[in-house]
Amino acid sequence: MAPLLFYLLSALVLGTALLVVTSKNAVNSAMFFLISLLGTAGLFVLLDAFLLAAVLVLVYAGAVVALFLFIIMLLGMKGGERQPLSNSAVLASVVAAAILAIGVLSFVKHGQIAASVPDASAPAAGAVLKFYSAQLFTTYLLPVQVVGFLLLIAMLGVIVLSKRFEDMEKSK
Amino acid sequence: MDLSIYFNLPLWLRLAIQGAAVIAVLFPIAAACSMAERKISAWIQGRPGPNRTVPPFLAGIPIIVPILQNLGLFQLAADGGKFVFKEDPIPGHVNKLYFVLAPILSMIPALTTISVVPFGAYFDKAGELVPIILANVDVGLLAVFAVASLGVYAIILAGWASNSKYPFLGAVRASAQLISYELSMTLSVLPVFLWVNVPGGMGTLSLFDVVQSQSQPGLWGGMWYVFLMPVSAFVFLVALFAETNRLPFDMAECEADLVGGFHTEYGAFKWSLFFVAEYCHMIVGSAVFVLLFLGGWNPLPWIPLSMVSDWLSLGDNPVLLGALATLIFIGKVLFFIFFFMWVRWTLPRFRYDQVMKIGWQKLLPLSIGNLVVYAVVIALLERF
Repeated sequence: MAPLLFYLLSALVLGTALLVVTSKNAVNSAMFFLISLLGTAGLFVLLDAFLLAAVLVLVYAGAVVALFLFIIMLLGMKGGERQPLSNSAVLASVVAAAILAIGVLSFVKHGQIAASVPDASAPAAGAVLKFYSAQLFTTYLLPVQVVGFLLLIAMLGVIVLSKRFEDMEKSK
Repeated sequence: MDLSIYFNLPLWLRLAIQGAAVIAVLFPIAAACSMAERKISAWIQGRPGPNRTVPPFLAGIPIIVPILQNLGLFQLAADGGKFVFKEDPIPGHVNKLYFVLAPILSMIPALTTISVVPFGAYFDKAGELVPIILANVDVGLLAVFAVASLGVYAIILAGWASNSKYPFLGAVRASAQLISYELSMTLSVLPVFLWVNVPGGMGTLSLFDVVQSQSQPGLWGGMWYVFLMPVSAFVFLVALFAETNRLPFDMAECEADLVGGFHTEYGAFKWSLFFVAEYCHMIVGSAVFVLLFLGGWNPLPWIPLSMVSDWLSLGDNPVLLGALATLIFIGKVLFFIFFFMWVRWTLPRFRYDQVMKIGWQKLLPLSIGNLVVYAVVIALLERF
């Protein structure tokens, strides 16, 4: 049962992910992205990582894609039609996908994952809240802080780029 | 009572039957809420409400039929029939796929969230309290929030697919409101789980465990969290009104200035699906509030269900005790639905800028401050 579900969900995730990029309508793309995320949440459930599945649905499917749709609507695209991809964009994405594929392949072939896995009877880190949070606050404390700082910088950047400060300076 | 026939069925069939049974209760309650809404609004405004409709072939029967007629039950049946049988036009200028998909998408989260909400409990043979629930998952509340957050797509897609101005404005306003209030809602329940997850536990977000921790003996153990964390309860309640698009946060419809909001172009059965989905959200939201802050199926604060089962000696009768617990729970939920309607017919609607101001400048700081205060107090209590 589980292998079959894995293949079905993987096919769903990959297929809809491809459709996100290729579909001509921006709203269709966003909806395919939503389905892709839900499929990924399903894969997490297969790995017993219920917490990650719930958080993925809550944050990405529930809020981020909703914001995408929001922006597509506010930009007032006529019927959601968008420009076809330019040649340079296709080239860039192919190169990026190739680099990612090489990275994943080398990790699968030569990565030393087996050594760090504890005995199989222990529950997965994503399954039990306590283990998950303990990992967040011990092993992965630095990455979490770095990612949080990155998000903060991104937020400040958005504020600086989108807000017009000229009038404020003049009034001084 | 011999239940072995039922328990000999294959698991998937039993789960399917249970799921269908829950929907078969939830859906009619949601539909009946529309009549309750009309009757309660009439009562609040000092008028009789719908009390005329009666099928001609029943009109002569005394006592029972006039009572049902006064309660408006025939009106409810007539409304239901109308939604199913009247013509269901699709306007020519809409995006057909998303126009049809949106009402279906509104029903899916509304009916799915109930599966992780426990609505009763009974003692099994070993004397352990067992929840009556479709899927007892450890991430309970997070699953409710996650699935409920998908409800925003029905509104966005309906407004966008309608391809006209009023639905579009309604959808933009409503989705902004839903995303804004989700934050305060999530933050407001964190103190409850800080309190529930005592050190040494494995960590849980299960709604059943929240009720369990409100059914302990003693002054603190039996206290409902609405007394222990009134600010959390208040923020959660306000956010719940916003998340279910109920007045005074009715940004999705705004009848006064946006015709019908995101579902202006909808009619007949598709419109009624949006309508029933809103009531389903209300029921599930009230159920979550009752579980988190009002002790779930415990009849009164400091009087847990186990005490009642001792008094009535129902401990060895799981069916009766389960039914009693479920009735207590549904009674509380129904009171909350009455409260929703009470507020709707008492308060005027906020303007859009007021909604945003309340969400981001009042509720969010309040819930963050509330979380910090409880985190500090709970940490100090554990230290000493």
